[in-house]
Amino acid sequence: MCLGIPGELVEFVQEHEDLAVVDVSGVRRRVNVGLLADEGLRPGDWVLVHVGFALSKISEREAQAVFDYLQGLGQPYADELDALRGSDIG
Amino acid sequence: MRFVDEYRDAGRARALAGRIAESCRPGRRYTFMEVCGGHTHTIYKHGLEDHLPSEVNLVHGPGCPVCVIPMGRVDDAIHIARRPDVIMTSFGDMMRVPGGSGSFLDAKAAGADIRMVYSPLDALKIARANPDRRVVFMAIGFETTAPSTAMTVLRAAAEDLGNFSVFCNHVMIIPAIKAILDSPDLRLDGFIGPGHVSAVIGCRPYEFIARDYRKPLVVAGFEPLDILTSVHMLLGQLAEGRCEVENQYTRVVPWDGNRIALSAMGQVMRLRPHFEWRGLGFIAHSALAMADDYAAFDAERVFDLPGLRVADPKSCQCGEVLKGVLKPWECKVFGTACTPETPIGTCMVSSEGACAAYYNFGRFSREQISAAAREPREASRP
Repeated sequence: MCLGIPGELVEFVQEHEDLAVVDVSGVRRRVNVGLLADEGLRPGDWVLVHVGFALSKISEREAQAVFDYLQGLGQPYADELDALRGSDIG
Repeated sequence: MRFVDEYRDAGRARALAGRIAESCRPGRRYTFMEVCGGHTHTIYKHGLEDHLPSEVNLVHGPGCPVCVIPMGRVDDAIHIARRPDVIMTSFGDMMRVPGGSGSFLDAKAAGADIRMVYSPLDALKIARANPDRRVVFMAIGFETTAPSTAMTVLRAAAEDLGNFSVFCNHVMIIPAIKAILDSPDLRLDGFIGPGHVSAVIGCRPYEFIARDYRKPLVVAGFEPLDILTSVHMLLGQLAEGRCEVENQYTRVVPWDGNRIALSAMGQVMRLRPHFEWRGLGFIAHSALAMADDYAAFDAERVFDLPGLRVADPKSCQCGEVLKGVLKPWECKVFGTACTPETPIGTCMVSSEGACAAYYNFGRFSREQISAAAREPREASRP
């Protein structure tokens, strides 16, 4: 729950201005990007996702570092990714 | 070179450790609190204390949201969940947290409809799909997750979704830090400030710590080198006679935080006059409830709750651990009666709890425990 997981913004969801599809280690899920409306997000940008909401825009460099950090955590990250896989935000 | 190397490089860590040692005044002890459970996790996982000179003592703070949920609130949530018309939804982290009469997992095994969700928006989807049931989201967390709850409630209100409500247990980090600063139990020299919470609240709310309490605070990232760098920054401030708020984690944390997140929280939630924290007791203005305009989405008003206060088990010393007064291995039941499989206290439940982090990374040994037994207070009260 406390983990921020990095995702790459793939595309915005047309029928909902606050939703976008992000790719987290190959898992593609819709997340809410409404908290970053000031950031002028575009596909290809990286964001840190907390419980289905993109909370921070980050660089690709930072995304890779966070990703590596999370993999090092082991089970807590596996659990978070499992939870993300089960997510179906509409 | 891989990106991550610059945050992990052993040579850089050694060089930084050398600079940290040079920054210490001989004979002086420095006690810094890392407020966030994520930092605690990194410190134990990478054995950072081994890189620090004996002058520097890191103590662990209350920044693990699962750890600070009082037992009475778990019981209230289970009371709601047992209703046949209710679907309770919760982050997975919450499932094993013990209340006075069991956990969510126990209640689920006994027939309550409790479902794990990744996001409050998943709970909203369950509410849409089950119009004949009342769907409650067990909202926990600091300012990292509170905006998500607020945005979800705004969405529910926009859709006029009448069968969705939130059992709001969001807590705030600043009153907890203030309670620790006002506590006579611990003398601190500075703080390693939380990373993701600060992405929401920014750095300004910490300024009173430097101004009124004369303690430096450095907002830090979660990599080992982030934490070592932050320790070096704290020592640098003390050596120069400065007490300021500094931001080591500019990669993620803007100085002013996230405007939209703060605005959503301000719209949907209000400050509670007081709230009980497990182990820490009641702290004034330390938690959020649903605002009156959103009463229809407030599980505390939608349902009748017992609202009973339940005392923590006598053998549990989570309160002392959460305040940084005790190290995990100094607790009477650590690793014996209390383990991640059979936790007595919350610090052993969450992977970010200090006790679970310490237990899982196997850094406790008989030597350390006997050393602790010889000088327990010296380790925590310099």
